Amino acid sequence: MTHSRQSSEFAIDVPALARVEGEGGLRVEVRDGAVANVALRIFEPPRFFEGFLQGRRFEEVPDITARICGICPVAYQMSACAAIEDAFGVAVDERVQALRRLLYCGEWVQSHALHVYLLHAPDFFGCADAVELAQLDRAAVQRGLELKRVGNLLMEAVGGRSVHPVNVRVGGFYKAPRREDLRALLEPLRRALGASLATAEWVAGFDYPDVEGDYHFVALRPHGTYPIDSGPIASSHGLETTPAGFAELVVEEHVERSTALHARLGGRDTYLTGPLARYALNSAKLPELARQAATAARLGAVCTNPFQSIAVRAVELVFACNEAIRLIEQYEPPQPPASLVHPVAGTGAGATEAPRGLLLHRYVFDAGGLVRKARIVPPTSQNQLTIEDDLRQVVTHYVDAGLDELTARCEQAVRNHDPCISCAAHFLEVEVERS
Amino acid sequence: MRPTLAVWKFASCDGCQLTLLDCEDELLAVAESVEIASFTEMSSATVDGPYDVSLVEGSITTAADAQRILAVREASGVLVTIGACAAAGGIQSLRNFTSVASLAGSVYAHPEYLDALETSTAISDHVEVDLALHGCPVDKGQLLEVITALLAGRRPVLPSYSVCQECKQRGTVCVMVAHGQACLGPATRAGCGALCPSLDRPCFGCFGPSESANTASLAARLAEVGASNGEIRRLFRTFNAAAPEFEKESVAHDA
Repeated sequence: MTHSRQSSEFAIDVPALARVEGEGGLRVEVRDGAVANVALRIFEPPRFFEGFLQGRRFEEVPDITARICGICPVAYQMSACAAIEDAFGVAVDERVQALRRLLYCGEWVQSHALHVYLLHAPDFFGCADAVELAQLDRAAVQRGLELKRVGNLLMEAVGGRSVHPVNVRVGGFYKAPRREDLRALLEPLRRALGASLATAEWVAGFDYPDVEGDYHFVALRPHGTYPIDSGPIASSHGLETTPAGFAELVVEEHVERSTALHARLGGRDTYLTGPLARYALNSAKLPELARQAATAARLGAVCTNPFQSIAVRAVELVFACNEAIRLIEQYEPPQPPASLVHPVAGTGAGATEAPRGLLLHRYVFDAGGLVRKARIVPPTSQNQLTIEDDLRQVVTHYVDAGLDELTARCEQAVRNHDPCISCAAHFLEVEVERS
Repeated sequence: MRPTLAVWKFASCDGCQLTLLDCEDELLAVAESVEIASFTEMSSATVDGPYDVSLVEGSITTAADAQRILAVREASGVLVTIGACAAAGGIQSLRNFTSVASLAGSVYAHPEYLDALETSTAISDHVEVDLALHGCPVDKGQLLEVITALLAGRRPVLPSYSVCQECKQRGTVCVMVAHGQACLGPATRAGCGALCPSLDRPCFGCFGPSESANTASLAARLAEVGASNGEIRRLFRTFNAAAPEFEKESVAHDA
């Protein structure tokens, strides 16, 4: 970090933003006490997934796209399967869909526990990391690690392993887990549910900056349930569409400052996906326990303070643990574990809720089931421009603060949205310049 | 004084670093046994090098990273690579079999903004590597074994045999013999615990080639169980596409 400050014109550089997944940077210019320019820069090396997917067979796509992100591989596998099944007109057994949702609950618990406790909470205590936080509150960090462990256990039980699960295939699973193996997770999940409720109470006591965003929220909005693995797409501004319709609507532009494409609706409007959006559009459908947690975490029906996203994640942890328990109690092994899949030439789109936001896949296949064209729109590309809007707000709010605090708040403002730059192309560097 | 540990990321998915954070029961103990001096994904605090141990994730895909790895090597006592990207270039080494210009054109509107080398290469192609941990992702047990062994000053115990042996150990029926599935297990390094065959699916080689893997003989057997030329090529050309043994075999099946 290098600081220089001359009255209302000065610069801050943070060459590497920590506690995010991937590599990027950020630059804010302040002139005459006002924010003149904000740029989130992502320089994670591009890996060209859409390019080398061309010519691969449909069966390989879930495993290959999982490697876009080690933190949310299930999201990639699920969106890929949904898109491919859409292209081939494959109907999936509802027991398969329930098992997918269970696996996805494991990823939500693992990823949210990681973000809440290891990546985000240290900011609220002025700590560099969870190890330092453990010196202040070891019980809290251990509670977070235990939650994360249970999320991983669930992913291993359904998916075979937690990073890049191996049991997911187009049409379903390679092998259905045995009922007793899943029931063995009920006890750890009940403890995790208790830990999630404690998380909601814990974050309620955090000191949140008084910042509100004017967000255009976009999320899945399925009928009768909180969104994870399926459903139509809706927005707080009245949009209602399918994944295929959404793929038409989202226009991505390539700008020099980022190896992640910038997404806009209709090529014009910025928007936000992720916990705040899911919650705003679906909070009424949360089960009773999760609603109690929301009340405990001092949340209304909609939350527009980005710093409080940690509280929404806590509520989603309660939801995911509760949902996993419900799914295991009702679990019937799907037989067969996967639908038969016959490739046909065509196009398909699929969207699911990665822990950090909406993940859209669209593929064009030839008659032999080889990919002709792939398009993947990860949450962080969609959120980049809104993160920049947040930074403008935060810098304006803290413009008279000391440089260290302003820098810390900028970093925190980026972490609020749990950006996965590995997904978006991948790392963040914060550089606030006031000149 | 506690030894210092640094974790570095190059082109990758972050999954191997995450495996370290996934050691929930051991994480605080590890953090007490070593000084985590640089680990950007976990901490905003950094300590200047040199570092006793560096864990390196990811492959080299940009000119800037080709320079950065030299500095990491210079600052590190023991350098351990973690995962298939660092060991063999990873999934992104699929670019090595085509041109970056054609790939970039299908993803980015302005390829001229990008800094991307023509190839994705292993860390060992650039600097001396003391120990390579394989897998896409690495196995948590193996990662803890490496850290424990380094702290104790001994060589870690890591298998160099193939996945077949792990199938036998866990009593999994051979998916190739019994079901005629095209399995890479006979030529793939053990370490995952033969996960895929235990789920009724053939191994797809994410731990890379085992020692003295006979890929040509395996490819002939794959053809006998009905794998097409293209399938054999794609099997060898996925997560460890640029590992020399796998690359040679996939090239032999280029149509």
